[in-house]
Amino acid sequence: MAIHKITKKREYKGLLFLLPSFLGVGLFWVIPYGDVIRRSFFSAVSGEFTGLKNYRTVFENQAFRLAAGNTLKFFCICIPLLVGLSLLIAVLLTRRKKSMHILKSMFLLPMAIPVASVVLLWKVLFHSQGILNHLLELLSVHGPDWMNTDASFFVLVVSYLWRNLGYDIVLWVAGLGAIPAALYEVARVDGAGEWKCFIKITVPNLLPSLFTIVVLSLLNGFKVFREAWLVAGDYPQESMYLLQHLFNNWYRDLSLDKMAAAAVVTGSVILVLILILQKAWEGGEGI
Amino acid sequence: MMKKILTVLVFFMAAAAVFPVLFLVCGSLMGNTELSQILLPVLGDGEGFASWKLMPLYPTFSHYVELLLDSPEFFVMFWNSVKITALTLTGQMLVGTPAAWGFARYRFPGKKLLFTIYIALMMMPFQVMMLSNYLVLDQTGLLDTLTGIVLPAAFSTFPVFLMYRFFQGLPEAVIDSARIDGAGEWKIFFSIGIPLGSPGMISALVLGFLEYWNLIEQPMAFLKTKEKWPLSLYLPNIGTEQAGRAFAASVLALLPAVLVFLAGQDYLEQGIVSTAVKE
Repeated sequence: MAIHKITKKREYKGLLFLLPSFLGVGLFWVIPYGDVIRRSFFSAVSGEFTGLKNYRTVFENQAFRLAAGNTLKFFCICIPLLVGLSLLIAVLLTRRKKSMHILKSMFLLPMAIPVASVVLLWKVLFHSQGILNHLLELLSVHGPDWMNTDASFFVLVVSYLWRNLGYDIVLWVAGLGAIPAALYEVARVDGAGEWKCFIKITVPNLLPSLFTIVVLSLLNGFKVFREAWLVAGDYPQESMYLLQHLFNNWYRDLSLDKMAAAAVVTGSVILVLILILQKAWEGGEGI
Repeated sequence: MMKKILTVLVFFMAAAAVFPVLFLVCGSLMGNTELSQILLPVLGDGEGFASWKLMPLYPTFSHYVELLLDSPEFFVMFWNSVKITALTLTGQMLVGTPAAWGFARYRFPGKKLLFTIYIALMMMPFQVMMLSNYLVLDQTGLLDTLTGIVLPAAFSTFPVFLMYRFFQGLPEAVIDSARIDGAGEWKIFFSIGIPLGSPGMISALVLGFLEYWNLIEQPMAFLKTKEKWPLSLYLPNIGTEQAGRAFAASVLALLPAVLVFLAGQDYLEQGIVSTAVKE
């Protein structure tokens, strides 16, 4: 009985530790988001309850369709590229213990470089008469005008890969490090070659990490807007027009009801992903 | 053979990853004549293509001198960036550290739901939270103030989550024995939690620094007055006709971030990994 009382008291103290954070998070994040959900069912102009009308407007909106399509396309292309490439590099890095640290630093460095600083390089690199096209010209290829044609999508892909490769490599290296070395030794004794070891041991052991890495890569992917916006402004070439641009432009036009509905839709999609991720964590999976 | 090719490829990609830094440093040391010579096709309407060199032909610090001596706006915005980053991180530590400790060490009803909310909030992209953020700042009169940028960021849930992961890894036995010795809950937090959990705090600081030094969306949406802008919004506004100055400013902007990165790389990696490991 007495012990029970002590635990109770401790729990109450735990809440004291959390109180300032709860207050701030509630005030600045949770309550306003609740307000946004409420607003998504009302007209911003008249304040009348309009049911799902805002949602219908959003889904019928041409710009929304374009942006959502581009964002989806962006993730479908970039995530497999990033996850695959970083795994390949991570595997090679773990084989080269001596140069691993310096190489990992090199791949991680882009995380530290402010977007604003690379804008200058991006402009010089991807200009129609820029450095990239100069290189291509040397190979007798006529490069496109990267920023003003559909090729601008490629600029997004490069920005994303460049900035996130190191992050994913670190995650994979951790995942690889968690595989017991004994497994490989046993397999080698049994005469398994390098490739066979990779397929039979490395891949199955990394599967649980894969999901976590995909979700984290996806969430980091939204930040590619920073590069896109600083390089190409509010209305970039159509093929790099992302959901983030749309939110930004609606915000500037003060289309609050459309924004509210779109925030609820996008937020829900992401929430589902996060809940699945959390399930995976709790299931004792992950790296 | 295959392995050799792959290794060369990896070295090549690593070089490409750091190339932007070399590019900016090199460009910032070139004189105006040299810069316009090789960049003319991009900057103006020159014929042909822009090119690049590995080293400036006639290295000069003139752009730095120019930037540091006669661009007062650069200082203002540099200082704004410092203020935003420092205040946000201080707030995150003051509020987040005890919160992380509370989540890691105590059980209470509703904890799981609350923690899920924290995780969801930390992973939401800014655009989803943009409107709610605007509504609060509008109602509290904090639009167009640095406080309006710092305050919501100080209550970001990411550092709480990160430090929680580290606090959770502390051995229960140490804490129990302190309790038996009669130490109060706060004493345990200050004399055991903080010292043993400090790698988590440093991880949160390093990751936070890189994030807030690079802040773009929030100031762009909520700061109308140019004098309040951080460096990240100022840089793209330097016209291309001042290429040299833009190069020097870019280097000065990335310098603090790169220093923090080099000093805290191990903590950065620990931070990244602990976001992904199982509970």
